[in-house]
Amino acid sequence: MNNNQPSFPKCFKKESKPHKFCPGCGHPLVLKALGQAIDEMGIAKRTVFMVDIGCSLLAWDFFDLPTTQTHHGRTIPTAVGFKTVAKDKIVIAYVGDGGAYAIGLQHTITSCLRNDPLTTIVVNNTLYAMTGGQLAPTTIDNEITTTTPSGKSEFTTLHGPEMLSKIAHQEAYLARGSAFKPLVLKQYLKKAIETQMKGNFSLVEALSACPTNWKTNAQGTIERMNKLEKTFSLGEIK
Amino acid sequence: MGNQILAYAALNAGAKAMFGYPITPSSEILETWATLCVKDKNLSLLQTEDEMAAGFGVIGSCLAGVPAFTATAGPGNVLMQDAFSMAEALRIPTVAMIMQRGGLSTSTVIYSQEEVRLTCFGGNGEGFRIVYSTSNLQELYDYTLKAFKVAWKYRWPTFILADGYQAKMKGEIKISEKNGSLENVSPILKTGVNLRNCYNLEEEIGEVIVDYEKDYQKDRFEIEEAELYKLDDAKVALLAHGIVAAAAKVAVDKLREKGLKIGLFRPITLRPFPVSKGAKVLDKMEKIFALESAVGQLSALFKEEFYDLSIPLIEINKPGVGFTPREIINLINEQ
Repeated sequence: MNNNQPSFPKCFKKESKPHKFCPGCGHPLVLKALGQAIDEMGIAKRTVFMVDIGCSLLAWDFFDLPTTQTHHGRTIPTAVGFKTVAKDKIVIAYVGDGGAYAIGLQHTITSCLRNDPLTTIVVNNTLYAMTGGQLAPTTIDNEITTTTPSGKSEFTTLHGPEMLSKIAHQEAYLARGSAFKPLVLKQYLKKAIETQMKGNFSLVEALSACPTNWKTNAQGTIERMNKLEKTFSLGEIK
Repeated sequence: MGNQILAYAALNAGAKAMFGYPITPSSEILETWATLCVKDKNLSLLQTEDEMAAGFGVIGSCLAGVPAFTATAGPGNVLMQDAFSMAEALRIPTVAMIMQRGGLSTSTVIYSQEEVRLTCFGGNGEGFRIVYSTSNLQELYDYTLKAFKVAWKYRWPTFILADGYQAKMKGEIKISEKNGSLENVSPILKTGVNLRNCYNLEEEIGEVIVDYEKDYQKDRFEIEEAELYKLDDAKVALLAHGIVAAAAKVAVDKLREKGLKIGLFRPITLRPFPVSKGAKVLDKMEKIFALESAVGQLSALFKEEFYDLSIPLIEINKPGVGFTPREIINLINEQ
């Protein structure tokens, strides 16, 4: 099969489908890209999946992989604990922008600093989606959230991979993709997992859509995603 | 030193990994484990970025089927409740050594018994935990061996609850032979396993808690431990745990020399509280004196579990402060 030909990932857990995410959510696109990456790399038997609190927890039975949900912001340290004693496993931490850049930021930074051989996927939809759309560190200028009803203006927007690039090991891998560009995202995820397999830290941020909290229709969602892709800039950062 | 004993005990118990964050008075556990890791490359140590990461690191290791532990005190114990509540929810056999320092808040780095309630019931749950309160250096060793066995056998988060005095105290102990392998140790997160601690429905989580409660009540009678010291003919009982119980024991001996029929009821497991060990004996007492370095935390556990005893309970609380045997003798003589 052509490497760019989409396929239904074999590592998906069919019994848990249809998935639990809202219509129009970016999570299933990110998870599909991840599933395809795992299939194509032939690593399902070695892979352990851990999910954070927030919408990411809805993936607790998404894959036919050993999977555990953890607590908010604590997926990376749980993954670190697992990997510390199970070095032959490929451990993937699946986290939202709140988990990775707010409540769990110290873990994200320290794991990067230590060059832990893990792969973290941060799904960034610029707000706290599960709790109803509140301000996150990734909320962009003038964005209306339920806790910034006049639009966010107080401080700048956190760019996670760029921030981490200042302290990342030279062999670490940092990238930002988009749920709306899944084939590119899949390539980033593969490189991230390869980086882990070589013993280094990897983190891929995936820009993602949240029509439920953005209160956007299909066209509005696409427009917002285009705006985010410009605001955050896509590509391999390290 | 007590802290060194704990690290060696963890090794002999079969622990392979420690995740920890320094905090007085527990830090030498981390430091001693670090020296053990230099000698044995099969052991792991991670000094984490905070206590939350330490707690969840232990969970991660246990999920992989590798016995692991942490150690902390006071405010660190507060932060670790995040992880311990998840361990409770997913029945992960974490082991934690809690060296109580002063409370409230940052307080002293020395001693108290202010972490009883937190260690037994911290988290938004029901206290499905096993908590051993040790009384001396030998017990630090013996109960650490036991804690790992019990944690993996019953799959409840398990704690060694000691204090800064025991942590820093020096003395000789008897080291048993290498403990051999723990039973029931295998990967928890394996093929075909999807774990969650999030639920949609009230009834859904309700059923889980009811099932856990049944298991806990079934297990507790195998787990409960208490020391009944000279209670057979006693009319008066002291109730104390941990190092206060060590002082109380000396006081019992001295008071008996003067003809007072006194004994000591010392819960070793604070969770589950050893109701099965104490009920019949305590029922015969005329008076019970509760002694603790906190405001009624032990007494509250006792009253909850022994609610139908009609014997006067006199609470002698010295929050944050230790007891000497002489002091206990004077207190009893005054009554």
